[in-house]
Amino acid sequence: MALLEIKNLTQRFGGLQAVSDFNLRLEGGELMGLIGPNGAGKTTIFNLVSGFYSPSEGDIVFDGTNTRGLKPHSVTALGVGRTFQNIRLWYDMSVLDNIRLSQHYHLGYNVWDCFLRTPRYMRRERDIDKTAWEMLEAMDLKEFAQERPKNLPYGLQRRVEIARAMSIKPKLLLLDEPAAGLNSADVDGLIKLIRWLKSEFPITIWMIEHQMKVVMSLCTYIKVIDFGASIAEGLPEEVRSNPMVIQAYLGEEAV
Amino acid sequence: MKQRTLTIGLVILFVALAVSAQFGLVDRYIQSVIMLMGVNIILSASLNIINGYMGEFSCGHAAFMCVGAYVSSILSVLLFADNPFLGAPLLPAYLSVVLFPVVALIGGGVAAVSGLLVAIPSFKTRGDYLAIITIAANYIVISAVENLEVIGGPRGFMGMKQVVRAMDSVAKLPWMVIWVALGAWFSVFLIRRFVSSTYGKGAVAINQDEVAAEIMSINTNKIKVAAFMLSSGLAGVAGALFAHQYGYVNAQSFNILKSTECMVMVYLGGMGSLSGSVLSAVLFTLLLEVLRPLQIIKWVIVPLILILLMQFRPEGIMGNRELPDFFPWMRKFYRFK
Repeated sequence: MALLEIKNLTQRFGGLQAVSDFNLRLEGGELMGLIGPNGAGKTTIFNLVSGFYSPSEGDIVFDGTNTRGLKPHSVTALGVGRTFQNIRLWYDMSVLDNIRLSQHYHLGYNVWDCFLRTPRYMRRERDIDKTAWEMLEAMDLKEFAQERPKNLPYGLQRRVEIARAMSIKPKLLLLDEPAAGLNSADVDGLIKLIRWLKSEFPITIWMIEHQMKVVMSLCTYIKVIDFGASIAEGLPEEVRSNPMVIQAYLGEEAV
Repeated sequence: MKQRTLTIGLVILFVALAVSAQFGLVDRYIQSVIMLMGVNIILSASLNIINGYMGEFSCGHAAFMCVGAYVSSILSVLLFADNPFLGAPLLPAYLSVVLFPVVALIGGGVAAVSGLLVAIPSFKTRGDYLAIITIAANYIVISAVENLEVIGGPRGFMGMKQVVRAMDSVAKLPWMVIWVALGAWFSVFLIRRFVSSTYGKGAVAINQDEVAAEIMSINTNKIKVAAFMLSSGLAGVAGALFAHQYGYVNAQSFNILKSTECMVMVYLGGMGSLSGSVLSAVLFTLLLEVLRPLQIIKWVIVPLILILLMQFRPEGIMGNRELPDFFPWMRKFYRFK
């Protein structure tokens, strides 16, 4: 069974067809790239996969579950972690709380437990604390645990956001332009980090990225879309020399 | 042991309060100010869940207070007082002492359910639009109560003094002072537990970035329902205490002005600060009493103070922080966790 299967996915916003007839199959373990010019519909696809939009047509089957009609938090609970193009941390709470809060999917207690401080509540809060600290330790963020993300440099915020997405123990990690806004040293760090994540955790990574350096050095397979439709796919080298791709990026005359 | 200092301090405070009220060390006027303080603490702390922690803008908090006040009053009068509409007391007077907290909690429970009136629209609406819905909810509740002749309509509802007298017949104690003190403690206690749990912090996540909250597996609708119900439920408890303290309720005492008062206390104390809410409720009540001799000029000075506060300290007295953040030595005695 495939980890993620997207069949004939179409999304319309009024008269605009943002995604048309998009198909994808991830077996699990890949490091997949999704590229395309601005406005091609890449983020829309991510928003569809994470349940933020309900598709106009087509199906998204994640790990055997059709996600149609599921709210984003339930999709996330199935094991889909994601980051955002513009970092969306909770800027005014500590990094530790940022990580702790993403464990809502397996909170394991209800509101009465939290009033009564039942043993179940105490145990779960301890576990959540422990998991959060482990994640901070693993992601090398321990010294910033009590900092507020708004006071951290951009590169570190990116790292915190990835740590937050990882703390939901995702099977599939969606990275929406993780290198956007990073300087070249940070980009190198990011490439290392993603490689390390891939080797350390049993995850599949699917990323949108514009920086060719990142895509070419990380992705094992790339899909290219333009105007919502898939125009090419293949290994990084194949995609790079594909005339359709060059045309989409550089215009007709460049070919 | 040190962690218990706060609890012990509170118990001593409560006992001192009750004893001084019992032996007439403080007169009825001061007692009523203290009770009003307690009610205001509940109101500002409970509204802080919504306006402070969750970052919504609820302007109709008094509506839930109204629901709690009426439900508990009707229930307690039905059970323990003689009333032309509701007939003779159903239960013997001695039970009033035991059942009053239950009655107040039922009032709170019904108020919590009425909180759904705002919680459900909040799934889709936010900010200014939700604020308008809360105002509408306030008006709906007040008009509904005013048009129900059975419970007195615009004339209000009374008879709760008899209930307090029934408690007095069991033992001559300053019952309402005790109940208000316990109610305030209970409310702050519940809110503290809620907002310091990973569950309740979901409300803060909604405040800071709702999209991220939903994507990071927080069931935002569930958290909103919990927060709104807790907030309006506690406002209902405050209403129950308020009604029994005065022995008389009138829908107009829960109009938009009362809601505004609640908001003023939240913003004065600092959004997202529980100790700030308690502090500002105490200060605000005192301020209103101290300025009472100025009569109508009071309503010039109090808003003026507000304008100055918003100009020079828009985050309120405490501004998103708790007392131990200012006085680290307090951490030894009290952990905000």
